[in-house]
Amino acid sequence: MDWTQAAYRYDGSFSGFLTCVFYSYAEREEPMTFIGPEDGRLSLWPEREVEASRELALRVYRALSRLGPEGRRIVVHGFLTCLEEKEVQLWRYLRLGFAQGRGFCRNLAHPLVAALDKAVYHAEHEAHMYKGFVRFSEQEGLLLAEIEPKNRVLPLLRVHFCQRFPQECFAIYDRTHREALFHQRGQWAIVPLEDFRLAAPGQTEREYRQLWRKFYDTIAIQERYNPKCRMTHMPKRYWGTMTEFQTGPAEPGRKELQA
Amino acid sequence: MELLDKLAILADAAKFDAACTSSGLDRTARPSGQGIGTAMFSGCCHTFSADGRCVTLLKVLQTNRCICDCQYCVNRRSNDVPRTAFTPRELAELTIGFYRRNYIEGLFLSSAVWGSPDRTTEEMIATLRLLREEYHFWGYIHAKAIPGADPLLTRRLGLLADRLSINIELPSEASLNRLAPDKGKHDILTPMAQIRDGIQVSRHEIARYRHAPRFAPAGQSTQMIVGATPESDRHIMLLTQGLYDKYKLKRVFFSAYMPVSDSALLPAPAGFKPPLLREHRLYQADWLLRYYHFRVEELLDEVHPNLNPLVDPKCSWALAHMEFFPVEVNRASLEELLRVPGIGPKSARRIVSVRRCGSLDFEGLKRLGVVLKRAQYFITCRGKMLSGLRVSPDGVLRHLVAQERPMLAQGAPEQLSLFEQTG
Repeated sequence: MDWTQAAYRYDGSFSGFLTCVFYSYAEREEPMTFIGPEDGRLSLWPEREVEASRELALRVYRALSRLGPEGRRIVVHGFLTCLEEKEVQLWRYLRLGFAQGRGFCRNLAHPLVAALDKAVYHAEHEAHMYKGFVRFSEQEGLLLAEIEPKNRVLPLLRVHFCQRFPQECFAIYDRTHREALFHQRGQWAIVPLEDFRLAAPGQTEREYRQLWRKFYDTIAIQERYNPKCRMTHMPKRYWGTMTEFQTGPAEPGRKELQA
Repeated sequence: MELLDKLAILADAAKFDAACTSSGLDRTARPSGQGIGTAMFSGCCHTFSADGRCVTLLKVLQTNRCICDCQYCVNRRSNDVPRTAFTPRELAELTIGFYRRNYIEGLFLSSAVWGSPDRTTEEMIATLRLLREEYHFWGYIHAKAIPGADPLLTRRLGLLADRLSINIELPSEASLNRLAPDKGKHDILTPMAQIRDGIQVSRHEIARYRHAPRFAPAGQSTQMIVGATPESDRHIMLLTQGLYDKYKLKRVFFSAYMPVSDSALLPAPAGFKPPLLREHRLYQADWLLRYYHFRVEELLDEVHPNLNPLVDPKCSWALAHMEFFPVEVNRASLEELLRVPGIGPKSARRIVSVRRCGSLDFEGLKRLGVVLKRAQYFITCRGKMLSGLRVSPDGVLRHLVAQERPMLAQGAPEQLSLFEQTG
């Protein structure tokens, strides 16, 4: 490639990234690294500061249809993953995809396609797990939950929970990426949020938690005890935010957790 | 009695029901934005219990008061356990409370036979009506139809629930007559046929009229107990296949018998190990029927009526049909790829799609996510076996068994007794 190498500094948003893609094509520059807002790195490559532009981002977004539905999904969801240097990988993917057409995105035997496919699978799978593992607590009519995902799963969870609880006001806080999804009567927003603390549970909430733990302990069959199988399906990193793995003050004899 | 105790008793009484799935139905929110709940076609596990089983639905009995005396059942009337029942209101509120906190995907409502099958079904209908009509709950509901209930009641139950099931309980009529004197084969198969026909009619109507009532839209399933009676694996699998063919079931579940009774008709509880490995092999064979286009006749015959405990049924079939292998990955049809041990529907479809972009080698296969652990003995890429792999035909069995050893160790006593049979 006879493209000049450069480092791109942008605001960390998806539209910012798409704007970077636009400029890289316009200036014939190959981004060697992307520097986000909270990233203090200095680079050896000449640096270009890119300001997110809705218009330019939309132009690139429309062009994604040339990659086919599969390819577009990989790019959009790929941006939510925790892949190292995901922007660079996505840029290379786009470049090859635009050059070779949608057939390229289907070629899972290509190392780049395989790596991104795997990362996207990881993110989507994590989102699927969280569809089940999110635990809400009720506080004065609001439903509040906390999660600790590796990937940015809130955009992937949004449709599911907004559809499921159309009449509820709820919030899900992502501790890892410090952002929260809010929903109220058909309106939603995902906003950055520095701190989020749950108040002590009320009487009804405590009772429901106790009922749920009772159910959880009861439904297991003693003779089939199989902790390894449970951990395969539900790794321990999810347990921290789940009701059934916490013991309330009213349940001193609960043994499940020590297992 | 307190709700907490009721829940403990009625969940404990329901825990031996293996079926806990919420799949087979997609239902998005109402356009009006009213009510609560959706259903996902793939289902969704909300937690896993200490035995590693998925918990997706609030699985409880309406009541554990029972007039039947089935020997294998914890709720039989001769068993001395505390008895109780949920009122429809209690259960509906509990379901909504759990659902709002995202503990569950819906309700699995079963029941012991309280007074009569009709009365029991009426009570269940009352619960489901509260949920659907008063709370506008659109989450998943799995209901057990009670054998012997009036067909009209079963129909109403099916209009409220998403999936219906009737447990066939034991794999043969003789066993059923011996252990469940109050139930006959006829009592179980008649409502099963009714549900099958109801689903078919409902599908037809929905195709014509969008708002036609939906009868059990997520289909029908059943369950049988394995290891309490002397039937062979072949008998069980043939029955299973028949149920899929004739009754259009979505799933047949197997449940390893747990020693819950000291009846002389059942294996003595002292020292009895539940046949977990056998249950596992039966499920593997069941998957072969549903996703791999196998027939039972290919897997088992009269000379070998039981599945091989040492290797999974697909490996076992492959080892007996080495003339079919090796399969060339770049040319084989989807059907042929599905027959290779270690390659599942997902890998097979990926291979077929990717090889359009260029021929595949072993490196490429690995990148696709195809696991070569078992598959390597049965495939070639561009006409070559995996380099460095040198195994004689009977060596393959040894390698495959060695791979399964960690799992076999768990069911050690069970495995030993079967080993002597097959070896």
